[in-house]
Amino acid sequence: MEVIFLLIGVSLVLAGSFLFLFFKAVKSGQFEDDYTPSVRILFDNHKKPNKNQPIKPKSNE
Amino acid sequence: MPTTIQTEKTKCYHCGENCENDALKVGDKVFCCQGCKLVYEVLSENDMCTYYDLGAHPGESQKEKSGRSNRFDYLKDPDTARKLLDFQNDTESHVTFYIPLIHCASCIWLLENLYQIHPGITFSRVDFIKKKVQIKFQHQKISLQEVVSLLSTIGYEPKISLSNLDKKAKNNTVDKRTVKRLAVAGFCFGNMMLFSVPEYFSEVELIAENFRGLFNYLNVLLAIPVVTYAASDYYISAWNSVKQRRINMDVPIVLGIISLFVYSLWEIFAHGNAGYMDSLGGLLFFLLLGKIYQQKTFSALEFDRDYKSYFPIAVTKLVQNQEEVIPLTKLEVGDVILVRDEELIPADSLLLSDSAQIDYSFVTGEEVPVPKRKGELIYAGGRQKGDPILLTIQKSPSQGYLTDLWNNESFEKPKDKLLEPLSNKISGIFTWTVLSIAFAAFLFWAPTDFSFAIKALASVLIVACPCALAMSTPFTLGNTLRIFGRGKFYLKNASVVERLALVDTVVFDKTGTLTDPARAQISFFGEELSEETKAILKAMVSRSTHPLSNRINGWLGNIPSKKLDSIHEEKGLGIRATYLEQEIRLGSAAFCEIENPVHLHEGNVVYLSISGVELGYFHILSGLREKAPEVVGALEPVYDLHLLSGDHSHELNSLKQNLGKGIHYHFQQSPLEKLNYLKELNQEGKRTLMIGDGLNDAGALQESEVGIAVSDRVSHFSPASDAILDASSFDKIPSYLSFAKKSRNIIKASFALSFLYNVIGISLAVQGILSPVICAILMPLSSISVVVFTTLSTNALAWKMGLIHSKTEN
Repeated sequence: MEVIFLLIGVSLVLAGSFLFLFFKAVKSGQFEDDYTPSVRILFDNHKKPNKNQPIKPKSNE
Repeated sequence: MPTTIQTEKTKCYHCGENCENDALKVGDKVFCCQGCKLVYEVLSENDMCTYYDLGAHPGESQKEKSGRSNRFDYLKDPDTARKLLDFQNDTESHVTFYIPLIHCASCIWLLENLYQIHPGITFSRVDFIKKKVQIKFQHQKISLQEVVSLLSTIGYEPKISLSNLDKKAKNNTVDKRTVKRLAVAGFCFGNMMLFSVPEYFSEVELIAENFRGLFNYLNVLLAIPVVTYAASDYYISAWNSVKQRRINMDVPIVLGIISLFVYSLWEIFAHGNAGYMDSLGGLLFFLLLGKIYQQKTFSALEFDRDYKSYFPIAVTKLVQNQEEVIPLTKLEVGDVILVRDEELIPADSLLLSDSAQIDYSFVTGEEVPVPKRKGELIYAGGRQKGDPILLTIQKSPSQGYLTDLWNNESFEKPKDKLLEPLSNKISGIFTWTVLSIAFAAFLFWAPTDFSFAIKALASVLIVACPCALAMSTPFTLGNTLRIFGRGKFYLKNASVVERLALVDTVVFDKTGTLTDPARAQISFFGEELSEETKAILKAMVSRSTHPLSNRINGWLGNIPSKKLDSIHEEKGLGIRATYLEQEIRLGSAAFCEIENPVHLHEGNVVYLSISGVELGYFHILSGLREKAPEVVGALEPVYDLHLLSGDHSHELNSLKQNLGKGIHYHFQQSPLEKLNYLKELNQEGKRTLMIGDGLNDAGALQESEVGIAVSDRVSHFSPASDAILDASSFDKIPSYLSFAKKSRNIIKASFALSFLYNVIGISLAVQGILSPVICAILMPLSSISVVVFTTLSTNALAWKMGLIHSKTEN
């Protein structure tokens, strides 16, 4: 039964890391605009390669 | 002469408008105007015609754009630029623009591919719902002014107004901190429930006894963030209300949290028993969930707009006959400014040019321009139609006739404080009752068994913890808000629902609210018009953008138009056309050279003459909005109705005929008089609802207990208000009002339900026989049943009243 001690620890760490990830997601603004990404994903990227690739969105709020 | 009608096929490739005779061609593509053609050329040069693959005719018509090149010069002013930028370092600047024209997937694609048009732009991202685009650019390569010009060239001119320059107000989306608190509460609640499972089956001896102690200590550990972090807002709110010697809903909640936590600590550490930590976690979790539900607002709409949101950011000032574009904030009394076609007059000023046509639709809702002569005072908020005019500033933009309203004290006081929410009233009574029961139980047991008395005291406090009570309001109001939102009635926040329910007096604005500019009553007096004349008129009015032309066009209906030899519009005066060597004039009396013009008290008159001979005149009256009489009729038995109008009283008779005599009519009301009228009603103890639309109602909307702004274009224009109603839902006002009333009854019913739980719980608690199992069942059951009850009953009610049609929507 001692394994339960380990399992409790693992489950808490796991749940805690989910909480942490959720915090990060909130901070990065993922939940602020829930419509535009659904349109954006449908754009085909068949343009000529451009030297100015768009910079990945950074969280700087 | 054959009539030529443009076939349906020649639609502009960019915007989809029908091309007139002068269609422009590039390859096999047709454009309606230079503007649209230019956008296409910019895009095709940059190999970005994917724009047109994503949707047919994605562009907006560029016809009415004034292409002045120095329009954005004010952005060169470093002060102005700095205020607009979100962020700036040595190489990069970030800016966010509001672009009302964003309307389809193509817009998103184009705006997010700006980097292909100009290498200086490194990143752009669209928020479709809010119609905003965030742009990052390297300011060594492209200046802010160039970015705005570029957006304007491709047809997406950002709307930059004076309010952008103020300290950026935080958007009223759901508070991020509340979301985080909810996450913490949810995390702790879930884990505590797992660790509490053995307690629920204490008789069964599910697992070995030694885990119990550990589980209890883990629960304490998990409860600490709940009590210290997740609940912190409640402490602050409760403390503030106690300081003001009032009791709001948060006071009993805090009492409950503290007694649950302290008593559980005592149980766990002193007796080794399980506490009620899991209930505590659950309580906070549901409370915060309800709070978020209530906070959910229509963040894409702006409820707090004042005149600054409408006024231009820059004006063209004349200094020694040289044009100079300066920010509005630097405008001073005595300056001479130039206002072009379609530009807004930023401050009360005197007209220096001979004549002007001022469209006050922003202010009054009436869109037919008013003619002004040299030397007349023109109030801020009007829009010039026609040739450029010169004005000299009389008052600074913040102190004009209209903007004075915003300095009125009505704009200072927060409305939420006016009315105490139902839940606060109840919680006062509730808290004192529970406290006295708890101490009565304590005093009853104390002489015989002191520790038992403590237990009874704690049990009462715990079980009476107003979980269900606290949840009924946010869940009911939150759901009501959502149902209204689906019906295009957007409330600023949930407390508006409660205020709406108590309204007993409804005040309407006339122009633009009860009347609809698009529903004009037109009649023609004079010789009967032949089919040929009608066809000629059709050709004339369809070329003009003047609102009266549009109305005559609608009156003529869908008839073919004649091909005329020439058509010329003199802005604000009339249209002149030649057909078979006859000159046809349509316009004002002076324009048509009428010798004895009629003098009508109401409406507008448009004359028609052929070769100098008067044929007759059109009489155009603004018509009542569709269903306006029905709305008034439905409200009349229940509410005290008033009508305020800025117009003269000449329409009184026709209004009485249509709307009935039960309304108090008041005419020639200035914006300030409207405000004062509402103030008087309030002082009489009436609970007022103001329904208006223009900036001239802004004062009254603010002074009333609930102000509803009616707007045809919800996201474009509406004065500061508590609620915005889409004009298409105007006929639903009576149902919305009664729904608000009924939702208040639902809150009361759910209060009754949670009182029932409390009575059962307290009657057990005073006897000191409350076991952890009963407590653990009773508490979540009461909370969840109240949430389910309120949600289901509001939905059922809305469905019954026809406000929602299918539950799967949204």
